Amino acid sequence: MTAATTPVPNPTAAAGRSEGPSGLPRLLRGLDDPRTDLAAHVRRFGPLPTSRLAGLGAEVERAGLAGRGGASFPTATKLASVARSGGGVVVVNATEGEPAAWKDHLLATRAPHLLLDGAVLAAGVVGSGEVYVCVGREDDEALRVLEQAVAERPSTEPSVVLLAAPHHYVSGEATALARWVGGGDARPVWGVRPDQKGVRRRPTLVQNAETIAHLALVARFGAEWFRSVGTGREPGSALVTLTGDVAAPGVTEVAFGTPLARILEQAEPTDRPQALLFGGYGGSWVAADAASSLCYSNKDLRSVGASVGAGLVAVLGEQRCGLAETARIARWMADENAGQCGPCQFGLPAVADTLDRVAWGGSSRADLARLHRWIEEIDGRGGCAHPDLTVRMVASALRTFTTDVERHLTTGPCEHARRTPLLPVPDLRGESWR
Amino acid sequence: MALRQASLQVLVVDPTLCDGAGVCAELLPEHIRLDDWGFPIVHTPEVGRDTRGDAERACRACPKLALHLRRRDR
Repeated sequence: MTAATTPVPNPTAAAGRSEGPSGLPRLLRGLDDPRTDLAAHVRRFGPLPTSRLAGLGAEVERAGLAGRGGASFPTATKLASVARSGGGVVVVNATEGEPAAWKDHLLATRAPHLLLDGAVLAAGVVGSGEVYVCVGREDDEALRVLEQAVAERPSTEPSVVLLAAPHHYVSGEATALARWVGGGDARPVWGVRPDQKGVRRRPTLVQNAETIAHLALVARFGAEWFRSVGTGREPGSALVTLTGDVAAPGVTEVAFGTPLARILEQAEPTDRPQALLFGGYGGSWVAADAASSLCYSNKDLRSVGASVGAGLVAVLGEQRCGLAETARIARWMADENAGQCGPCQFGLPAVADTLDRVAWGGSSRADLARLHRWIEEIDGRGGCAHPDLTVRMVASALRTFTTDVERHLTTGPCEHARRTPLLPVPDLRGESWR
Repeated sequence: MALRQASLQVLVVDPTLCDGAGVCAELLPEHIRLDDWGFPIVHTPEVGRDTRGDAERACRACPKLALHLRRRDR
């Protein structure tokens, strides 16, 4: 998705561009300037406010900052938990496990010092001297830009260790990443929380790259500023990766509560949208009609069984087969199981096999009934959320594309099922877990 | 009342350890059945006084020690 390096122009931002931190974008401020050195960063955002460190935990809590990696967990709660235990580790997750997402890459390559600011500030809050920033192993550009940035940081700061992590889908899951940073496999750990037992069994703060970048801005401008955009329940702005049947794919920054219609308009759909995939490959399909009147927030998206997740919004045009797209994603998610838990290891491939038949022919009503039973039975039985998210994504497809399921069953695959795939599924068969 | 609540335990499977030997479903059909691939589904996690002994034996019999009895509040 190379086109995504160019952010979608943001009309709100264009109108409100000023030296002060008002309006949007916030994280993507000044992105048209290609310079990523420390001096340019300080000109853009101001210096690192280390003097405010003492109250930063409370400030983040007042800001209501929630994690942007998928689970929307309150950042202040994690900070407080790791700070309480003491002797913690900080891990910034910029590994971008979502194949269609691009925001971690964009932040790492265009605002590297903002990530490092956030990492260093978080380390200060939790009292940690061990800080890691992880990028995906194939993201050479992110690693190179961050290396240059780390070399510019003052020696008074805790040093940041850059790591190129395995790029498996579940490797970005917090327990998996903490396990890998500690020298193990990048596979999820069952029954532990990283804030209690993470890297080498030490309390570990694992934060998504976008979350840590927001933290760096909250430290500068405060909770009240942070809350001046967004909704009361979901304050602030969020990065959205727009992709699919659109002429202007890319990452854009929107306030929570922005009408979805306005966000889609920015992406310039190339075809009448029939459905949207929200969150990521472990997200939810929603019919375009059902989404059209909603705003971009978890509150609104939950009313249609979705969430903002990792910020992906993929547009599926009318000349596409949602079942074929879902079958490809489900197969990829099945291939990306960590090989640890039976329900995921054996259940997801069986789900993917059935979906193949639903999409490309050979399925029966008995097949479909069994698929629905598997969706129920697999959910909640893995060591991490991977099987749950996958079967829920499949369930959302069966809900959203009901008419197509019926048509495929009775008259065979639709004319669009054999089109070139829309959403990317990277080949990770050779990728290691170490 | 408090005593009774404290004694209520639930069956939990560590899915990363379980390799689908199926011993648990054989010993505890009133709590556990197997899915289509032979892995346990804990359909009735709550263990009362009547099946407590059987549940403890099943936990010990699991070849991977993947079956656990835990206090409900955890």
